[in-house]
Amino acid sequence: MRTLDQTTQEVVDLAARHFNVAAGTLAPSDDFFKKLGIDSLQALELLSRLENHFGIELPDYEVQGVSDFRTLAERIQSRL
Amino acid sequence: MLDLSKYQSIGAALKDAMTAFSAETCLIEADRDREKERLTYKDFQSRAHPLARALQDAGFAAGDRASIIMTNQSKWLISAYSIFFTGGVLVPLDYKLTPAEHWQLLKHSSAKVLITEYPIWRQLCNAPERAAAEDVKLVLVTEAPAGADLAGAQRWEEFRNAAEPAFVPRERKDVACIVYSSGTGGRPKGCMMMHENYLAQCVALTSLYPFWPGVRYLSILPTNHAIDFMVGFFGPFTCGACVVHLRTLRPEFVREAFPKYKITYVSLVPLVLKNLQKGLQARFDELPSGKRRVFNFLVAVNKAFTKSKPRLGLSRKLLGQVHAAFGGELHAIIVGGAFTEPQTLQFFYDLGIPVANGYGLTEAGTAITVNDLNPFRADTVGKPLSGMEVKIVDPGEDGVGEVYVRSKTVMAGYLNDPELTAEAFANGWLKTGDLGRFDSTGHLLLSGRKRNMIVTEEGKNIYPEDIEAVFESLPVKEFCVFAANYVWPKRSMVGEQLILAIHLENGQSYTDALRNDIIARNNRLLNYKRVHGVVLLEEDFPRTASLKIKRNLLAERLAQLDRTSAILPL
Repeated sequence: MRTLDQTTQEVVDLAARHFNVAAGTLAPSDDFFKKLGIDSLQALELLSRLENHFGIELPDYEVQGVSDFRTLAERIQSRL
Repeated sequence: MLDLSKYQSIGAALKDAMTAFSAETCLIEADRDREKERLTYKDFQSRAHPLARALQDAGFAAGDRASIIMTNQSKWLISAYSIFFTGGVLVPLDYKLTPAEHWQLLKHSSAKVLITEYPIWRQLCNAPERAAAEDVKLVLVTEAPAGADLAGAQRWEEFRNAAEPAFVPRERKDVACIVYSSGTGGRPKGCMMMHENYLAQCVALTSLYPFWPGVRYLSILPTNHAIDFMVGFFGPFTCGACVVHLRTLRPEFVREAFPKYKITYVSLVPLVLKNLQKGLQARFDELPSGKRRVFNFLVAVNKAFTKSKPRLGLSRKLLGQVHAAFGGELHAIIVGGAFTEPQTLQFFYDLGIPVANGYGLTEAGTAITVNDLNPFRADTVGKPLSGMEVKIVDPGEDGVGEVYVRSKTVMAGYLNDPELTAEAFANGWLKTGDLGRFDSTGHLLLSGRKRNMIVTEEGKNIYPEDIEAVFESLPVKEFCVFAANYVWPKRSMVGEQLILAIHLENGQSYTDALRNDIIARNNRLLNYKRVHGVVLLEEDFPRTASLKIKRNLLAERLAQLDRTSAILPL
């Protein structure tokens, strides 16, 4: 079973790969909309990729209002 | 289609639709790739009537208000039908608002009933603002897990009575819905929409873009939005058509839905349309050069043959693969909620996919103008719909002035706010706050805003006053939020941004600590509501005798600054 820190790191790493930014430039507390310059649809695309990676389904409402990697990781962790 | 001129209310028309089209499919609900529900009009009625009767048993009566806060799903429409059947007034709220905003609007609307889904209720029930919305006596929650603590709510699925409900008639001038166009953080703007508004709008829209049994409308925009309420509920239902709901908005499942359900119409906001364009363009760019040349040739042929009007049959033959990706039966993409860039509209039209771009605002019903496709014009928002009077007031030399509207689709006024209502109208004409002009062919061209507000590409209206609360107690002398294009007028309705004007204390400087404080507060706002930058002004803000900021005057002072250098990005 992953710890929350591990999940968070995987979320951050996957986001960096998905949006093609250098690993290490993203931090758990970052606002991903702002840091990555993405819109809500691109955030949903990332979510699909995270679901495949973690093997879970995360309903859209679970990520409503979430904008930082740490909180996103918490939502994922609760379904692992 | 039902003859809506015979009806007095939404409820009466929907009631007759249930019998007129009883065997037709009215709703399909899917969650990702799993179809969850498929209902005929008869099935729909059998789901709705027990709810309507239970509402009546609970004392819900003519004129009472009931709010729905839900993502798009069959229970949204079943609940709305039940509210109209029992003579109630529907208060549809955006499910993306925060719990504090929801409770504020529930309080303002005096809703007695709240119908919501469990994940939303989980957040709502613990919010401290709940205590203030004391009119809400009954809360119905859908899809709550077994054994869940419902914090005083009841299960929607169990709230029913098999006895027949009594239909409650309403008049055309009665309020049907209270639709909030803005004001979640400041002064709520609850548009009182009458039954007549919807009946007239439906006739006007379906005369250009008809529905019929067999039509499948993909409902992606939230149904609380005026467009989806009309073309994703009332319009198709009064024509015997079918609405397809997806429980997710993931682009991959939305794409799959087109061929899977043979979609006829879909409404999109510009953001989603641009996303689709981007995806298609990427696929075109990947074509080997030979295929690419053939494809470009076919697009050119299609453009030549569809110059004066769409020819769906021909376009589907010429560009079969593109149309197959959209299910092969798509008649038009309806785009609205915000201004769409002409090149995006043209991109789809060139592929033989008509785009019904238009212009409207909540206060005037769903749409004021729509492109009639004869011929298609990407550079305009179309011509006024039948029954709409539109005029340009105080035009300048270029013909640009404020757009005024008068029609049966215009709201009765703002709830509990006669002052705001009076400001919105001039001699019976609704002042839209948008700037535009008519060309020689009667098409309306929009060119900016007169109002201090922005509309995002997701179709969200953002008023600066509504987000100022988050900056309260900011350690500066005074502050004020503006739409940048209001301060520095720009003939554009895309890429709109908000700015935070700040007057520092004597001797204070704009430090990293202050900037970080602003960023932290900004991040508390939903991403589309955030301010883009800060503008420093080294003078006292002009104020009224009651110390309210004179926004117009302050905007004039800010306008003396150079826009590019004045805005310090966050």
